[in-house]
Amino acid sequence: MSTAATEHLDVAHGGIPAGKEHIYAQAPVLSARNLVITFGRVVGLDGVDLDLYPGEILAVIGDNGAGKSTLIKCLTGAYVPDSGTITMNGQPVSFRKPQDARDAGIETVYQQLAVIPALDIASNLYLGREERRKGPLGSVLRMLDKKGMEHRAGESVQNLGIQTIQNMGQAVETLSGGQRQAVAVARAAAFGSRVVVLDEPTAALGVKESGMVLDMVKQLRDKGLSVILISHNMPHVWEVADRIHIQRLGGRAGVITPETHDMGEGVAIMTGAKKLAAPA
Amino acid sequence: MSTDVTSAAAEFARRQQSPLQRVQHQLHRRPWLSPLFLLVAAFIGFFIATPTFLTPNSMGILLQQTAIVAALAVGQTLIILTAGIDLSVGAIMVLSMMVMATLAKDDGMPGILALLIGVALAVGAGFLNGLLVTRINLPPFIVTLGTLSIFTAIALLYSGGSSIQAEHLPRLLNFLGEGFGIGEFRITWGIVVVILIYAVMAYVLSQTAWGRYVYAVGDDPESARLSGVPSKRVLLAVYTVAGLVYGLAAWILIGRAGAATPNAVPDANLQSITAVVIGGTSLFGGRGRLIGTLIGALIVQTLQFGLSQMGVDQQWRVLATGILVIVAVAIDQWIRKVKS
Repeated sequence: MSTAATEHLDVAHGGIPAGKEHIYAQAPVLSARNLVITFGRVVGLDGVDLDLYPGEILAVIGDNGAGKSTLIKCLTGAYVPDSGTITMNGQPVSFRKPQDARDAGIETVYQQLAVIPALDIASNLYLGREERRKGPLGSVLRMLDKKGMEHRAGESVQNLGIQTIQNMGQAVETLSGGQRQAVAVARAAAFGSRVVVLDEPTAALGVKESGMVLDMVKQLRDKGLSVILISHNMPHVWEVADRIHIQRLGGRAGVITPETHDMGEGVAIMTGAKKLAAPA
Repeated sequence: MSTDVTSAAAEFARRQQSPLQRVQHQLHRRPWLSPLFLLVAAFIGFFIATPTFLTPNSMGILLQQTAIVAALAVGQTLIILTAGIDLSVGAIMVLSMMVMATLAKDDGMPGILALLIGVALAVGAGFLNGLLVTRINLPPFIVTLGTLSIFTAIALLYSGGSSIQAEHLPRLLNFLGEGFGIGEFRITWGIVVVILIYAVMAYVLSQTAWGRYVYAVGDDPESARLSGVPSKRVLLAVYTVAGLVYGLAAWILIGRAGAATPNAVPDANLQSITAVVIGGTSLFGGRGRLIGTLIGALIVQTLQFGLSQMGVDQQWRVLATGILVIVAVAIDQWIRKVKS
């Protein structure tokens, strides 16, 4: 890294993508203010703000240990922040566990995917929110509506334009990495009513499979969902993101857009070689 | 994709499979087939070896002998599906049985009350195992190794180490030893109870959300938790339900043995685990079917019973069971290696 003084980019902090001003005129669907979380003496988040607007893809980038995953875990209920506030549509919320965030309409696709290899695709899509048969079979005998779930799982997968998965009764362990990712994304898309969070969805995938997953991410946005995308892959981020939130040393180094900044500048801000000018 | 693929891989896919490969393929698709074959083979073998084996009378006795291990193996299957193991099956059953019998005989308690307290105690014992596994995060092997000794000791201390004969017990406690005959073929109510346990648990495992959670928790507990499965509650429930099954097994055992004996069925633990493993359930959790366990329990008892009909000594029967376990698991491994 150069020893030269940090260069300040001459661009306003928090740019808005051109042609999408109407999105950013709305109130954010999810807002975090001054989040702090510590693990013993280690500071995970040091007062982070984040705004996610309806129908946008917000990428979160940052070096290892910058607090990307920690931030996301606070927003999805996997961690409980020490201080700071989270609001959804203006209402303060408090997520004590992942299920709380899920109930509020935030679905997460974890890096480890959280799919069960031995169960079939339909069972995985509906895991934790199974639907029962109508009538006494369901209410008294608690019988699952297997046919119905399989049918609707097929629709969810089709809606995302995934052609390679046909048989919903197939065990997930027989699928490729990209197909498993597709199942996890389809689950999030089927149940996430407001926000879908994806943690490194392309990290383990080949070129073609990555393309498929990025297409699905765009479709989620086009359906009106808000997407938070964590990624190390700058070309992927610049391809799909509307705005890019840059984490650095547990704080927010700034928010840029793919139009106003190129990848080199993004990486420079991420590593601290450059700094964004303070907002006007 | 084009239909007239002529690549080397497509050629390979169309290759002629040897008969052995085809068998392997079918067995892979239906994992309960291989234990079933083993059972049929054992029947044919013993039928040829000893004429008294395949008589209605013998078959009735075989089923009665299978009932206890088959019942215990239901609880064992549930626990092994969650990637656990239960070494305290026999101890819980014996404790429950001794408490039922002692309450009824020494304290003159009505049969129904003694039965309910005995079964409730088994449920509590399973619940305790579950608490230790889920709250203190101890490995199931260690927990149940400990409770094996604890429950065995309590059963001996409580009963004073002596047996209680059936004639000192109310009819309800002996009831599952009674039954009805279809000609020479005799079915006890205990066998009926075992069949009911299997039917109910097979339904729960395959048709309810809770059943799916059992498989999910056993296959990948962290993913299950992140998917919204209440992993710890499911685990706790599995150990508790297993306890209930052991309590019912205790009731069946009194009727079967005609007495409550503190050292009854000494190899209950190993036999129940053997039945589960032979039935094709993975010790790593998440894979297996209850029907396999039933077949597995039948295989173990068929071998025992058939060899004893042939006049083979007990030691040789134990040795044969040991070989059977290794052969069955080896076949299972071979089937899993199939190329799809």
